[in-house]
Amino acid sequence: MNAKTDFLLYIEDLGVSFDGFKAVDGLNLYVERNELRVIIGPNGAGKTTVLDMICGKTQPTQGSIRFKDRELVGMAEHQIVRSGVGRKFQTPSIYENLTVFENLEVSYPKGRSVFGSLAFRTTPEVVERIHQVAEQIFLKEALDLEGAFLSHGQKQWLEIGMLLMQEPELLMLDEPVAGMSAPEREKTAELLNRIRKGRSIIIIEHDMEFVSRIADTVTVLHLGKILAEGSMQEIQHNPNVIEVYLGH
Amino acid sequence: MQSFAGFSLFSVLLLMALGLAIIFGQMGVVNLAHGEFMALGAYTVYLSSTVVHTYLPALAPYYFVIAIVIAFLVAGLTGWLVEWSLIRFLYKRPLDTLLATWGLSLIMQQSFRSIFGAREVTPTLPEWLMGSFKPSESIDIPINGVFVMGLTLALTLGIWLFMYRSRIGLQMRATVQNRVMSGAAGINTRLVDRFTFSLGCGIAGVAGAAFTTIGSTGPDSGSRYIVDTFLVVVFGGTASLMGTIASAFGIAQGQSILEFFLKGTMGKVAVLMVIVLVLMIRPQGLFASKIRS
Amino acid sequence: MKAIYNRLFGGTTGVVQLGILAAILMIVLPLSLDIFRLNLVGKYLTYAFVALGLVLLWGKAGVLSLGQGVFFGLGGYCMAMFLKLEASDPISTKIQSTPGIPDFMDWNQITQLPAFWMPFKSLPFTLLAVVVVPSIVAFVLGVAMFKRRVGGVYFAIITQALALILSLAIDGNQGYTGGRNGITDLRTLLGWDIRSSHAQYLLYFTTCGLLVLAIVLSQWMLSGKLGKMLLAMRDREDRVRFSGYDVSMFKVFTFCFAAALSGVGGALFVLQVGFISPSLVGIVPSIEMVIFAAVGGRVSLLGAVYGTLLVNTGKSLFSENFPQLWLFAMGGLFIAVVVLFPNGLAGVVELIRKKVSPFLKNLRTSSTLPTSGSTPLPSPDKP
Repeated sequence: MNAKTDFLLYIEDLGVSFDGFKAVDGLNLYVERNELRVIIGPNGAGKTTVLDMICGKTQPTQGSIRFKDRELVGMAEHQIVRSGVGRKFQTPSIYENLTVFENLEVSYPKGRSVFGSLAFRTTPEVVERIHQVAEQIFLKEALDLEGAFLSHGQKQWLEIGMLLMQEPELLMLDEPVAGMSAPEREKTAELLNRIRKGRSIIIIEHDMEFVSRIADTVTVLHLGKILAEGSMQEIQHNPNVIEVYLGH
Repeated sequence: MQSFAGFSLFSVLLLMALGLAIIFGQMGVVNLAHGEFMALGAYTVYLSSTVVHTYLPALAPYYFVIAIVIAFLVAGLTGWLVEWSLIRFLYKRPLDTLLATWGLSLIMQQSFRSIFGAREVTPTLPEWLMGSFKPSESIDIPINGVFVMGLTLALTLGIWLFMYRSRIGLQMRATVQNRVMSGAAGINTRLVDRFTFSLGCGIAGVAGAAFTTIGSTGPDSGSRYIVDTFLVVVFGGTASLMGTIASAFGIAQGQSILEFFLKGTMGKVAVLMVIVLVLMIRPQGLFASKIRS
Repeated sequence: MKAIYNRLFGGTTGVVQLGILAAILMIVLPLSLDIFRLNLVGKYLTYAFVALGLVLLWGKAGVLSLGQGVFFGLGGYCMAMFLKLEASDPISTKIQSTPGIPDFMDWNQITQLPAFWMPFKSLPFTLLAVVVVPSIVAFVLGVAMFKRRVGGVYFAIITQALALILSLAIDGNQGYTGGRNGITDLRTLLGWDIRSSHAQYLLYFTTCGLLVLAIVLSQWMLSGKLGKMLLAMRDREDRVRFSGYDVSMFKVFTFCFAAALSGVGGALFVLQVGFISPSLVGIVPSIEMVIFAAVGGRVSLLGAVYGTLLVNTGKSLFSENFPQLWLFAMGGLFIAVVVLFPNGLAGVVELIRKKVSPFLKNLRTSSTLPTSGSTPLPSPDKP
């Protein structure tokens, strides 16, 4: 048991099984405010499944997920988002038929109900915020471009931007630099270091060089369980981790 | 008697549903013309009966068995043609297959009407199919019902063996699971699709042959069964053979029994309502296995 | 002001297109057709309400319902019940064994008006019910299904089953619903003879007016955030959900709106045609209405109206001249619109524009002679 109780995210004994196969098993994970946590692990370790359970996409079979002292298990996806959790998917998931501006606009956290959306108006305030975010994600020049015409890296940024529009307190990014060129990774690291202020971030990533540049704490998942946790330094010298990554 | 009417309905529904489950479950094609393939089978039997009784009366006692095979072939070949000319352009667009096959069903219905007339027709059934067993005073089991039931069970077993024990059945299932991979593994997926569709249609043809023993055939006979058949397939869980059998049985029995107690169409209404309610609560059907997302 | 105008009519192009449709419906057709034909057009336009709903539901929200006839029927039956009660006053029904109730009830040995008929003595209640009853039914069905993420083929099949259920249920309860023959012999609305040609003209224009209103309302909904949300949902439903939206409620709302439109269509049908029967509720009319929307182009509001008019005109021409060919033509139309013209009339118009407008542009810029005043098609480059 952890004595500290003011964590932003508080996961205990979390588990899920698909037809008897335990994808995640008895997981405990605590994320502090303003922490940037990176989850690494080999393929099939259950990393994405953990994010899926936090954001409500997959229902856990056991355990609890508390966010700001509210139980997330059992809540609908949109309610979890509204309580302050943002999630980026592994493959960039943006609206290809809408422009960059519109992509950001529909992510603005007002007019989320049906009738709210009917009454919603794009006020100068909204436009202001869209420009602000577009600046941050390097897409200020591309506001009128349709999503489909963006490069892969730009789509990744746009999706991060869509999350920023919601001002989440917990941001979860699944492989944000996958498929990016070296200069794009550079810019993404810069972006992450800028947007981490005032919020907690969980990132799944494979690129160790990238991880070492951004992470506060690294959690290693293996076969649905936590193998090791600590700073990047500690992790790199942990014999169990070396065994899993290089052993076979 | 009432429960036996249920058994005959069960046979027809099950045969229809098996064909549809293969087409819908395996290929994701919504074939709203499935009922017309059944009617095609029934008309084939009627035509065989007319030909045999006019030209080869000596064959009259045996023709029915051959007619079942012909019904299978005619419906299957038509299915082959339909897949080639229409369905293959619509894979991955299930809602569009639904609209296009509805159009096909209108064309087929009108063709039946133009060729055979609007009036319902009945083939002359061989003597040995008529009459009934009388194991005791109060029980009366019609032979045609038993025959159709036997035919249905044999065919169901045959389909199961074919799907799960034969090489082409394996290829069909592989294509459903992973089309690209199957193609890479050397399976001709286009041919498998065409074969799957025509097999489903062929079985509908046999359903039509079975149908002639319990009712007379009209241009819209098939369309009367299409909704029920789809509900049987969905209710049973699309990928489950046992589920299809169980739901065909339940729906047929339920309908026959309720029709006995409730007047007119209300028996059918009650059964349909129950199915729709269950599907709203459990959309994946009764027998679907839990899928890993 | 300008913003509201743009949202309601979709800018200048939208106004021109809507104006053309309104002019055809309210000026050209009434001047060129006799009242019998115009009444037929009026009947088709009531189907256009359903097609309009399908554009929103199927074209925009991506949910295909094969049971829109249910809502058309509910609206129609609500209206018909009111008219039937008015037609069944004790004096005109004095030869019945129970005067004052509808004739079919009397034939079925029912001696007292059933409770659910009672409120339909009131016109305000009836008019409200025409919109509210279909909406409530759609709400219940929509919440049950969309919350469980039933969609695509399953939604289509279940709604088709519902169309069958309702038509069979009406058919099977002759004493309460008029059974297979439906509710017939509807003559007056608050004493006003709805079969006179004066009334038929007025009802025709009412239908046109309400249809234009429905188009403007739909246009307004689609032009705002709701329209973008529907587009986003078709594109990436998961992303919308994880942006904090309850996707199912957007679908429920669209389903209810489409149902309400269909209900209005049904009521106007009854007023113009003078009867309603289960044959307008079942599987066949429900799926035919889908093809009206598909012919128009699935996503085009105005296309749905043109599609409805075109298919129904074709239907009546065929059935007058070659009745046996009609099903072939209709079947062929279903196949053609899916395989060859998935974007329907709107797609064809778009194609012509793309082909013609660069050609016109070339004419305008390259030719030394000024092109004589008339440009047949508005160029899409000039909004």
